[in-house]
Amino acid sequence: MILEVRGVSKRFGGLQALTNVSFTLTAGRILGLIGPNGAGKTTLFNVINGVYAPDGGQVIFREEDITGKPPYEVAQRGLARTYQVVRPLQELTVRENVMVGACFGREKHHKAPAAHIADEVLAFVGLAKKADLLAGSLNVAEKKRLEMARALAARPYLLLLDEVLAGLNPSEISAMIDTVRQIRDQGITIFMIEHVMQALMTLSDEVIVLDYGELIAAGTPEEVVEDPKVIEAYLGDPKIAQRLLAQESPDSLA
Amino acid sequence: MKALQRFGFWLPVLFILIWGLYILTVRQDSAREQAFTLLMFVGLASSLNILLGYTGYVSFGHIVFFGLGGYSGFYFLSAHNLPLLLSALLGGVVSAILAGLIGLAVLRLRGAYFALATIGVNEAARAFVSNFEPFGGATGLFVNYSVYQGFGGPGPALWRTFIYLWLIVLITVIISYVIKNSRFGLGLLAIREDEDAAMVMGVKAPRAKTLAFMFSAFFPGVIGTLYFFKNGNVEPGDAFSLHMSIEMLVMVMLGGMGTVFGPVIGAVAYQGLRGFLLTSPLFKNLHLAIAGVFLLLIVLFVPAGAIGWLRERFLKLRKVLE
Repeated sequence: MILEVRGVSKRFGGLQALTNVSFTLTAGRILGLIGPNGAGKTTLFNVINGVYAPDGGQVIFREEDITGKPPYEVAQRGLARTYQVVRPLQELTVRENVMVGACFGREKHHKAPAAHIADEVLAFVGLAKKADLLAGSLNVAEKKRLEMARALAARPYLLLLDEVLAGLNPSEISAMIDTVRQIRDQGITIFMIEHVMQALMTLSDEVIVLDYGELIAAGTPEEVVEDPKVIEAYLGDPKIAQRLLAQESPDSLA
Repeated sequence: MKALQRFGFWLPVLFILIWGLYILTVRQDSAREQAFTLLMFVGLASSLNILLGYTGYVSFGHIVFFGLGGYSGFYFLSAHNLPLLLSALLGGVVSAILAGLIGLAVLRLRGAYFALATIGVNEAARAFVSNFEPFGGATGLFVNYSVYQGFGGPGPALWRTFIYLWLIVLITVIISYVIKNSRFGLGLLAIREDEDAAMVMGVKAPRAKTLAFMFSAFFPGVIGTLYFFKNGNVEPGDAFSLHMSIEMLVMVMLGGMGTVFGPVIGAVAYQGLRGFLLTSPLFKNLHLAIAGVFLLLIVLFVPAGAIGWLRERFLKLRKVLE
């Protein structure tokens, strides 16, 4: 058990963003997190990695209670993340960006070994040629890979990926899926938010579903998509598809 | 040390080294006085750059460390007869400790709020010192003439002060280079670019920012002591002058914030211009207005400053200009 979230709640003013969310994540697996917009997925990530302290509940990472610890403490324990909206350090080079991960992540390297790790990780994500460019000059797909490289350079045990596929074209998506698999094969546990359902279904060992801040389903990808509560959360009414189909009689089309 | 092989290290270091040696060989009082002011601003701009350029925090009231450190050093010197260099270093230590304490409270603020708070700190310090009896209140402190005897008269004392300042400024620039190229410096640059993302990557931002603030406060404290000793007195108006604080910002921006050499040439260029304006009958009352126009033009058209512009324009220079 690498991560255990116990009854976590988070409230922003009048908005209950997370309500009593509990789940566990086994080391070496890929856990997917889905849910409609505004369901609290990114908030859950922020609570896990210490950006927000939860109002209630606990986050246990590798048998240690990390609830409410600041993000840099969490990062140094081996929990890295990427952002949904990429946040490269614009005025630094691609290599320097990744070196920040290596210098301040779990292994806390000095600059020379960090540069070495950075080049290794950049080669892995396919950005080796861009190492000396400013991060601000990369395109979106490259920036996503940079985010990933930065997180990997920290040599994390657990990697939180926040919509790494969003905004990518189909060929970039399939390349990124391969990369995620390779990361898992290196022994890094992955917890990922994803809207590209097909990708999530092929990658995840398990999926959990958030809706209005509550965990409404958990299981294998196949179980979860069949779950009426999940369909309702996405479409509003589980029978809506059938009813829409029934209404579309030949006359109305003509 | 890998730094020893780098042009980016030697350029500012040799510049200051040769400059000081030149003044020492010429041995003219007027040349020394001019170089003293220029070097002082090189040191002030370089230390402000550690906070402004590397960490990305704008401090409008940075002169408070020059003032309070200078006052403290001057106090150790005149009231306790400590040696000049020791007093100056103690002045720096007082500034650094103060920065550490202020940092705990003020470095939680970001952007405009931080910048405003620094002005408040400077004004509060001025008001405090003006009413603080051990520091002479509104009239300030004066050098006891007997102090000069240890140097063999006022003349040699001023030369000695110049040599100390020269060496301190040299050390300031070396430290600035070392910080920029260190792991700690990389953390500061990450904070400058995106503080939240930096923390998520493991940068201990509160500690790193406070340390940067302390480094950038230490040198102004040392320089302040030397400057007020050279002047023979210190009073609140000179020590906490807000316009000098803003001129420091202009120098850093002019040369290029976040670069090692930028603040050095920014300070020299700005002071050169200022000297020209002050002596020209047409502009002598307008030099601050012109500084303001300058700041505006830099921010609008060359936000990276001279060195930053060169680095952007000619990518090959990135490896040699720091």
